[in-house]
Amino acid sequence: MTANAEMSLADRPLGNAVRVVAVDWAVLDEGEARRLRALGIDSGAVLKLAHRGIFSGRDPIAVEIGRMTVALRRAHALAIMVEDAPDEGVHPAGHTASEYTK
Amino acid sequence: MSRAPRTIALVGNPNAGKSALFNALTGARQKIANYPGVTVERKAGRMSFASGEPAELIDLPGSYSFEPSSPDEEVTRDVVMGRQEGQRRPDALIVVVDANNLEQHLVFAQEVIALGMPTVVALNMLDLAARDGLVLDPKALEESLGVPVVETVAVRRKGLTELAAEVAKVTEQGAHEPTLPTHVDMVERRVSARAMAKGAIISETKQRRLHRGLDKVLLHPWIGPVILFALLFVVFQAVFAWATPFADALEGGVGLLSEAVVANFPAGLLRDAVTEGLLAGVGSVVVFLPQIVILFFFILVMEATGYMARAAYLMDRMMASVGLSGRSFIPLLSSFACAIPGIMATRSITDPKDRLTTILIAPLMTCSARLPVYAVIIAAFIPARSVGPGIGLQGLVLFALYVAGIVGAMLVAFVLRRSVTQGAASGFIMELPRYQLPRLRDIAIGLWQRAYIFLRRAGTIIFTVTIVLWLLLSFPQAAPGEDQVDASIAGKLANGLAVVVEPIGFNRDMALSLIPAMAAREVAVSSLATTYAVASDDEDETAQALGTRLAADWTLPMALSFLAWFVFAPQCLSTIAVAKRETNGWKWPIVMLAYLFGLAYLAAGATFWIATAAGL
Repeated sequence: MTANAEMSLADRPLGNAVRVVAVDWAVLDEGEARRLRALGIDSGAVLKLAHRGIFSGRDPIAVEIGRMTVALRRAHALAIMVEDAPDEGVHPAGHTASEYTK
Repeated sequence: MSRAPRTIALVGNPNAGKSALFNALTGARQKIANYPGVTVERKAGRMSFASGEPAELIDLPGSYSFEPSSPDEEVTRDVVMGRQEGQRRPDALIVVVDANNLEQHLVFAQEVIALGMPTVVALNMLDLAARDGLVLDPKALEESLGVPVVETVAVRRKGLTELAAEVAKVTEQGAHEPTLPTHVDMVERRVSARAMAKGAIISETKQRRLHRGLDKVLLHPWIGPVILFALLFVVFQAVFAWATPFADALEGGVGLLSEAVVANFPAGLLRDAVTEGLLAGVGSVVVFLPQIVILFFFILVMEATGYMARAAYLMDRMMASVGLSGRSFIPLLSSFACAIPGIMATRSITDPKDRLTTILIAPLMTCSARLPVYAVIIAAFIPARSVGPGIGLQGLVLFALYVAGIVGAMLVAFVLRRSVTQGAASGFIMELPRYQLPRLRDIAIGLWQRAYIFLRRAGTIIFTVTIVLWLLLSFPQAAPGEDQVDASIAGKLANGLAVVVEPIGFNRDMALSLIPAMAAREVAVSSLATTYAVASDDEDETAQALGTRLAADWTLPMALSFLAWFVFAPQCLSTIAVAKRETNGWKWPIVMLAYLFGLAYLAAGATFWIATAAGL
């Protein structure tokens, strides 16, 4: 696995900060897509995979974004393409890390 | 002429502390009802301005934006826009934002402020912000938003007077030119939200250790579920153990009252109506108030601490295996108290098929109305002995009944999702709120509302049904030597029904109790009490606890069969009515009735015959 390759959020290890590169909105339900965007999960957001379930598919997952923890399914995470990000704190789309952390 | 009271609405993101602020502003003077046509709960209360002028305050469902992604959010948008039927457009809005999550909450706040309605921002939960080392400048925020910003700590009643004063002021001024740009998209709002938050934060130290530490344990893939199930087990043990002294005291009180009536009034029909009908019937239900209060106490605490959302997270995988999501867990858990608020809470489920399935299985969760039935039968037939440290056999049986309901619900959901409600698998996206210490006052208000609803039911439905049943049981009067219950109208009806339920081990008295229990399950207990009271001529026997008389009259397989029946039987008119309203027609309530009665019959029959074969 190369360090900065794009891959889906679903396959990331826990605890690493990742930047959202693209979201495949087409595979998501319209209402769910809206909710993800409302929570700031969109291109540019930096988030951290914080928790994962134990059973098959390790579903659901919880991500840290901004000051929130958000639970979502592996199916959503598969549509979210991410790349490694320097660990400078998590933040929603529309911000930059330098703006977010002082 | 005084003008109509002003209407003020509370809006904001979920978890901004709106409800706590609502409680602080209105106290216990709240009215919970539904918006007409939809069943999103409408919470309204009275607040007063400094001038003494009263105003109506409504608490709107938490929203992330005016582009709704659930029926809850639709109501918020429609009320604010003045499009909600039966609701006057609010004269002013209070936007509640969590001081700890400004950059997120200011996104929706901007959307609200851009409407140009009279608006005040409540910068809430400042105490938690201070604890986390966050220092804010409300003046800076006020400048960037263009509307008054008031610092509040709802739970400590801080800033309430100032908030009311600002609301009065902006209401007088009326609508104005929006202070924020109106046509911007969410990403642009997000950028400006961050800038505003940054401008308002004087200093912050990153400190989320407590929160993270708790989640590490409580959401742990192994430890988390173990803690959840241990917690649920403790809840059900507590419902039995803690309530006993209070229930005994209430029972004693009813007994004393009954004796006092017997001692002070001449024998006759009226006295019998009071002792055999009113006191035996309503009294036998009211004694379950302590258990219901304890169950709701735990549910309210789980909600107030933020643990409920974690429970939903932990349950999501299990729910997904039957085609539901963790979101269904909260309505289903509420259904343990009562299926009606549970079915209403399904409005937060976005997927319609998911929602319908949840509605259909909600009555399988053991509601508090079943508790009186379970409690009286368990107390009469299951010995109160210990089967392990801190584990009583009675509590264990109660737990098993709850589990039976849950397993039944899961199996039914599994079948429904592959037949009548089949469709794409549902999703699960949910914010997990920060942990908070529960506030005694909010819990107390919640408990008071639940207790009031229960007592009102006891005072109206159960009272009426009990008296009607007593009349049906007492007339026509038996000839000398004839059994009164056999001679009565109710007895004759029950004899007919008894033929149907005989194969599953029910006797005539049990069949009799099922008829009035259609109104509400707990009536089964009061009607058994009334039946046995009418059947006995001896006043001492009438005053005797119902359990003792059941133990003498029923066999163990009969009792177990009766318990199994109530795990499934849809005996609650209010639930059926709510299901009809929620699903817009009779189709689904009829499906619900048919499958639940079918299951109840099968389960009770199987229990009876297995128990009999096992020689119990």
